[in-house]
Amino acid sequence: MSTTQSDGTKSKDRWASGITPYAEMGYWNKDYEPKVTDVLCAFRITPQEGVDAIEAAAAVAGESSTATWTVVWTDRLTSYEHYQAKAYSVEEVPGTPGQYIAKIAYDIDLFEEGSIANLTSSIIGNVFGFKPLKALRLEDMRIPVAYVKTFPGPPHGIVMEREYLDKFGRPLIGATTKPKLGLSAKNYGRVVYEALRGGLDFTKDDENINSQPFMRWRDRYLFSMEAVHRAQAATGEVKGHYLNVTAATMEEMYERAEFAKEIGSVIIMQDLTVGYTAMSSMSKWARANGLILHLHRAGHGTYTRQKTHGVSFRVIAKWCRLLGVDHIHAGTVVGKLEGDPGMIKGYYDVCRERYNEANPETGLYFDQDWAGLASVMPVASGGIHAGQMHQLLHYLGEDVVLQFGGGTIGHPMGIAAGATANRVGVEAMIQARNEGRDYYSEGPDILLDAAKGCPELDAALEVWKDVTFDYTSTDTPDVEVTPTSA
Amino acid sequence: MRLTQGQFSFMPDLTDEQIEAQLKYALSNGWSIMVEYTDDPHPRNSLWDMWSPPMFDLGEDEVDVAMRDVRACREEHSNLYVKVVAYDRSLGRQTSAMSFIVNRPDVEPGFRLIRQEDHDRVIRYTLHSYAGNEPAGHRYGSANGASASSNGEAS
Repeated sequence: MSTTQSDGTKSKDRWASGITPYAEMGYWNKDYEPKVTDVLCAFRITPQEGVDAIEAAAAVAGESSTATWTVVWTDRLTSYEHYQAKAYSVEEVPGTPGQYIAKIAYDIDLFEEGSIANLTSSIIGNVFGFKPLKALRLEDMRIPVAYVKTFPGPPHGIVMEREYLDKFGRPLIGATTKPKLGLSAKNYGRVVYEALRGGLDFTKDDENINSQPFMRWRDRYLFSMEAVHRAQAATGEVKGHYLNVTAATMEEMYERAEFAKEIGSVIIMQDLTVGYTAMSSMSKWARANGLILHLHRAGHGTYTRQKTHGVSFRVIAKWCRLLGVDHIHAGTVVGKLEGDPGMIKGYYDVCRERYNEANPETGLYFDQDWAGLASVMPVASGGIHAGQMHQLLHYLGEDVVLQFGGGTIGHPMGIAAGATANRVGVEAMIQARNEGRDYYSEGPDILLDAAKGCPELDAALEVWKDVTFDYTSTDTPDVEVTPTSA
Repeated sequence: MRLTQGQFSFMPDLTDEQIEAQLKYALSNGWSIMVEYTDDPHPRNSLWDMWSPPMFDLGEDEVDVAMRDVRACREEHSNLYVKVVAYDRSLGRQTSAMSFIVNRPDVEPGFRLIRQEDHDRVIRYTLHSYAGNEPAGHRYGSANGASASSNGEAS
């Protein structure tokens, strides 16, 4: 005897040994209505020639949940319908033949509470190497409120960070110490001191500054903190240097973080390369010990940049907000690294808003309720300078750290002068905006006016006046293609 | 030294007209206005003295009311630090939205960095305000530095 299932297959056929199409095993259900507690994913799938898009979507659902390549009778020991992911929508990408957006729902029971490692092992664990697909990309993920509430979120968040630093109403500004590699600890401290006393709020270790033979971590920490405290005395402001605690083992990361705390740093940083579990551990540590936690997204371009492959950065940003970081690099629009304005806005919204509404122009496929989780301060870093201040404020807003590395240290009058140029630029732009001026179109004039009383800004505007990075973006919204630079 | 706390400390000192423009921006966003002053500008002093209770109910066209408080506080404490804070009570913020200095002492002596040498090259740092050598109410040179009712202790 065989009974007809909701998806139309006969249960007897369903359990015949051998290979059954995924779509007929329950992984495709066009009538499925996602529950509010489901995790929802939007995948961009590019099936191999001759592979049906619905079968491909069902295969993704299957391989990222309960299925294997052949029918197994042990499924029948379980309430398998509950644990099967369900592809419920497959739509062609307009104007791009061969690509489809497949939406898949996963029951919340599939995932361990508070574990990004577990979530990612499920959703992106196996399926990206699956042969019937030419390419696969996880575009977006809706995390249900019930699951959001099992995560700690940022150790402090934007509000606490601002109150801790006593800095309000303007973007924070920083610089990454350059050259990235080779400075001795004392020389390194010099760069930190000059940049901070000149007017920056923060300086930063680069992602690959860990503990190399030319400068061991403990020496760098000590000289950097001398610089931070000297600059605080010179300005009466709270200053910080992101001490990178990235290391080979968790034990060493804790050792470095503890030392940063002992010598009075307000902030530490880690690289994305340490992995989700290590980041989650540091998040917990940072909240317990009162240090702001910065995340440098080292390596993300290997899987976020290409439009048909990998994981969109908006998904990485969501995972990082859940597991909890206070800062995350999220693009500049106008700088040297990849970033379409609409896509970047989407990443910033994911970091900062209480509720994201689905919006094709910013690449957000789902509504996302953050359920009161604190917000993450996005960081704009890479090829930006004072002359772009109006564009930076326009695209990125006020709750952002603007990191001018070369744009501080490369200043012709010196590092402190570079810092002053950036600080005057940001204050002048905020003042003009608040006064009701059309700061975006009048930006260059506002900066030139401010430069009349500030030779440092004047020199910065002159030396970098022709620097733009105007290339076509790789990762753009499907709805329209917007130029990278204004 | 020049204390560079606040939004506009790298700009020339704001004129009254410029302060009014900032107040207007704050009120147009629905933020309330607070005027605060201190003779203890240590960067960790998060409790400057309040000139009056926060002005919660000002309309967009009541810049002059807020400005009256700014002027009064500046007159009473002409040789102290005075700042304007705009407060945003909206959900998800519930913190200051703006903060800028509108008055500062003629002479800003700044801070001494005190180092205490500890084990294995560790140094413990403390900032000490030079003005803080004097008791509250007698800092920054003149008796009108702080009002008699000031309870600003610290340093």
